[in-house]
Amino acid sequence: MTPAARRWLLRAGGAGLLVVAVALPWSVDAYTTSLFARTLVLALVGVSVALLTGLAGLPTLGQTGPYAAGAYAGALVAMHVSTIGVVQVLAGAATGAIFALLTVPLVVYARGVVVLMITLAIGELTVTAAGRWTSVTGGTDGLAGIPAIQPVWGMAPLASDRARYLYTLVVVGVVITTMVMLLRTPAGLLLRASRDDEARMRASGHRVTGYLAVTFVGAGAVAGVAGSLLITAQQYVSPADFGFDVAALLLLGVVIGGATSIGGAIAGTALVIAVRDWLSGLLPGYAPLLLGGLFVLTAYLFPRGVAGFSTELASLVRSRSRGRTGPGDRPGTGIQGRPSRGEPVGVAPLQVGPSGNRSTGHGGELP
Amino acid sequence: MMPQAAPVLGPVDPYLIPALDGVAYGLLLFVAASGLVFCFGVANILNLAHGLLYAIGAYLAAGLMDGGWGSLLLALGVGTLAAAGAGGLLAGLLAPVARRDHLTQALLTFGVALGGGALLVTAFGPDSLPVRIPAALDRSVEVAGYRYAAYRLVFIGVAALIAVLLWLAVARTRAGMLVRAAVDDADMVACLGVNPARIRLGVLAAAGALAGAAGVLGAPIIGPAPTTGDTVLLLSLVVVVLGGLGSVQGTLLAALAVGEIQSLGVALAPTFAPFLLFAAMALVLAVRARGLPGRFLRLRAGGTA
Repeated sequence: MTPAARRWLLRAGGAGLLVVAVALPWSVDAYTTSLFARTLVLALVGVSVALLTGLAGLPTLGQTGPYAAGAYAGALVAMHVSTIGVVQVLAGAATGAIFALLTVPLVVYARGVVVLMITLAIGELTVTAAGRWTSVTGGTDGLAGIPAIQPVWGMAPLASDRARYLYTLVVVGVVITTMVMLLRTPAGLLLRASRDDEARMRASGHRVTGYLAVTFVGAGAVAGVAGSLLITAQQYVSPADFGFDVAALLLLGVVIGGATSIGGAIAGTALVIAVRDWLSGLLPGYAPLLLGGLFVLTAYLFPRGVAGFSTELASLVRSRSRGRTGPGDRPGTGIQGRPSRGEPVGVAPLQVGPSGNRSTGHGGELP
Repeated sequence: MMPQAAPVLGPVDPYLIPALDGVAYGLLLFVAASGLVFCFGVANILNLAHGLLYAIGAYLAAGLMDGGWGSLLLALGVGTLAAAGAGGLLAGLLAPVARRDHLTQALLTFGVALGGGALLVTAFGPDSLPVRIPAALDRSVEVAGYRYAAYRLVFIGVAALIAVLLWLAVARTRAGMLVRAAVDDADMVACLGVNPARIRLGVLAAAGALAGAAGVLGAPIIGPAPTTGDTVLLLSLVVVVLGGLGSVQGTLLAALAVGEIQSLGVALAPTFAPFLLFAAMALVLAVRARGLPGRFLRLRAGGTA
């Protein structure tokens, strides 16, 4: 398949999915619709995890931090300031960004597993704070009684699950479109190049740490928006929404989705949340077992995730046809392998060769 | 410590019991976390299923112990062996992805932890189970004028013994020598003719045995429940980070510190203690991560001078 045909196919598939997503609430009951809305919210957090894990090379277990900050900010704004959706989303984004700004000095100097551990600590601290700061967060009881949301000034409050789902879909769509457009600018290229060969980028005068910091704050804002949407979708918030299990499921969903692609992140997160939320209804007690099996299977079959699988296969076929299948051409050195897809010329000199040698700065170990 | 002249409570006394609890808790964490240190330091595996290995021991303790000494020994033996076997199984599962990055290992081991945890809940039920310890230990003894659970005192003794044995094994035996060598330079150990697959198997089985023993002995302290695996995994990760991978002593100090923060810290500063653990972890990691490029730069400067 030529790249143009593939791109066309992808676009057609994306448009089809969008139609299905919009039509969905008319074909299922209200409870399933609200589940879908929550899945969308978590998919948006998954996108922010993918932005850090796959594109910036900072694997994170801590996006539940800005997500929680955005959620509580959204809830407090909804209860005390304004029921306007735009205000809540902006408040969530700002709080998430501020949260990320406060934690960024801890994260950007580290790489690899150390980032994983630091972000784990940040996430745990956030949950602890949310559980104990009772006057603001309602403690472990959470915050309930959040008034219905008006998307913009003058609109009627959203009373049905269907309306709330569509509102969530629109906001998630806008945020993701903005993100994709930003990543297609030279800024996105710089980010990927920093991930693939940090030493070389530094040598050519790029401030990699600065790029990573900006990305971290941006991912915090996205997670903050997701937090404010959680308030709309769920109308309730408690520390249980941000625990270690949520963080781990998000990261693993993103890894299943291929980590480097936003579509993959959405699909992977949705799959994981579907197994957790829907199958637990159909097969009570077996959801963790199925999820566990899914993770083990993914680790074996798709080392770079389901979405990375096709590009991997393509590169394998290409190298076979060139007769270069040296032992070093083993696919799947993990998510920080060579850049996929035919990127514009700008990245070409930075691509890691077919020998698949690891990029520097990512073989992170505990010091 | 204040002298025990009168039955009046001195300023330190109310904290004696939490401090002792902290020692017991810390030693328990030491036994559990030292397995994780081996996994990470020797085999370079981020084993997110480590909490599951502890939970296996704890559930077996709840299932097998009936209040007699024989059943305690039986549970200790079965729990240690079962968890060691589970560790060996994990090594087999990890073999095909051994050369991949930590995230793949995390995916695999977390999957095993989820699935295994679900199986344990299916087998033993979703409630936290009571553990019946021998009657001779199920009472309280007098410690400096306070009543204290006899089991915890004995546990402190047994866990301290395990710690000493572990230190001797690492410092004085050939296997311990290999462990230390692999922490320093795993590639060189492989070059010297030691099969990395065998090291991985041995390390994971040993880690399983330690976690299983900790699970059986610690079941009256961190009991079997669906959340046990996560709790032990998170606390062990904190111990690994604070104590480093270099030495048994470092792990011991870190585990004792975590135990004291969890009990004495909560008694002394209930507002701040819950944050102390993970804040310390984040700071230690961030400072180390920032320290590395600094050293790198200094080396470079020295080279050019």
